Amino acid sequence: MSMTPLRYRVDSRVEDTDDTVTLVLTPVDRPIPVPRPGQFTMVYAFGVGEVPISVSGRSGAAGIVHTLRAVGAVTRALHAARPGDVLGVRGPYGVGWFLPAPRDADLVVMAGGIGLAPLRPVIRHAVEHRSRYRHVALLVGARTPGDLLYPDEYDDWRAAGVDVRVTVDRAVAGWTGRVGVVTTLLHGLGVEPARTTAFVCGPEVMMRFAARDLTELGVPAGAVQVSLERNMRCGAALCGHCQLGPLLVCRDGPVVGYDRAGPLMSVKEL
Amino acid sequence: MMDSAYDLLAAQPFLAGLSRSQLDELSFCTEKSYFHAGARLFEEDGRADRFWILREGHVTLDTHVPGRPDAIVETLGPGAVLGWSWLFPPYRWHFGASAVETTLTLELDGPGVRSLCEHDPALGYLLATRFMGLVVERLQATRLRLLDLYGTPS
Repeated sequence: MSMTPLRYRVDSRVEDTDDTVTLVLTPVDRPIPVPRPGQFTMVYAFGVGEVPISVSGRSGAAGIVHTLRAVGAVTRALHAARPGDVLGVRGPYGVGWFLPAPRDADLVVMAGGIGLAPLRPVIRHAVEHRSRYRHVALLVGARTPGDLLYPDEYDDWRAAGVDVRVTVDRAVAGWTGRVGVVTTLLHGLGVEPARTTAFVCGPEVMMRFAARDLTELGVPAGAVQVSLERNMRCGAALCGHCQLGPLLVCRDGPVVGYDRAGPLMSVKEL
Repeated sequence: MMDSAYDLLAAQPFLAGLSRSQLDELSFCTEKSYFHAGARLFEEDGRADRFWILREGHVTLDTHVPGRPDAIVETLGPGAVLGWSWLFPPYRWHFGASAVETTLTLELDGPGVRSLCEHDPALGYLLATRFMGLVVERLQATRLRLLDLYGTPS
């Protein structure tokens, strides 16, 4: 796979929250191969730098959708990109979500904060193949109601048969949703743990607690998929920056079963 | 046929493992109650003389912050236990509570349950450890939220 970024034009830009935008990118010349749900691309803000961004959707035949949060110099530059601007994209890289899940499985999708972005393709897959699965639940946690990603899509997902549950860490009177940690949404979910496949993405501490609660419920650790975030630079398993024990996250992840990831996530030095 | 208080108590995971006679004793301190959306269950600093096991619906815990809108501390749903201040002096509520939607509960009389526990130390120990587990679970959840995991990394 070429390490040279291909040029993509920003087709549209939607401000999701104060610090998060969704960019729809379309190729200026030829496109990168079609990304699978859970994969990431390296997105280049020319003259500033390159960062890994999970793919949160596709647009048309060759367009890709990225939702990103401004947290550093590169992501701030990408956040500031406007329609018509040109960015570099290479990839897609890594192992995505293991889809489709077994027929008649219960699906539990747990997202914390911007972790919903890489999970959106999982939800769209579940909606598209709703009859393939039994219960499909999306559990979303965010800091405040104003930090929720894609809230306009929740009703459509509910209408398609997804049990969407939302909780926030902080709220004031008037908020009719729930307040508490995302794992509390697992209570009374009505899934059969042994036949559940779980997809978890969010801050690593949140993923550890979510995976722990899921496995305590009886979901097999290998059926809990987590999306790891490490310092990915090359994206192609050459530089070693993203090493996590025996894994190079850019190649062996970012999606890894919790049976492999769990023991690694609890080691401080890794 | 309507379920008795005993049947409803026996179906609660929070009380799993209690003997028939212990559940029977508790049922005499229990009544079914019902709250409309928006109804206040209790007010901050009010007398804490009961607790609830939620059967359906959701309840928010809230607190008054001067100069700001009331803050919601936590939302509790079906199966959750609402209220532990009835168990410890000075028996005052630390927060207020409102029903978010139509909410069905089992309402247990605090002084009555305390009296049962004094006369039946085995029941007292069981309930004390259950409530301790509840407090630990909520403490851990609170610690997680204190980490502000979704905040901007420094």
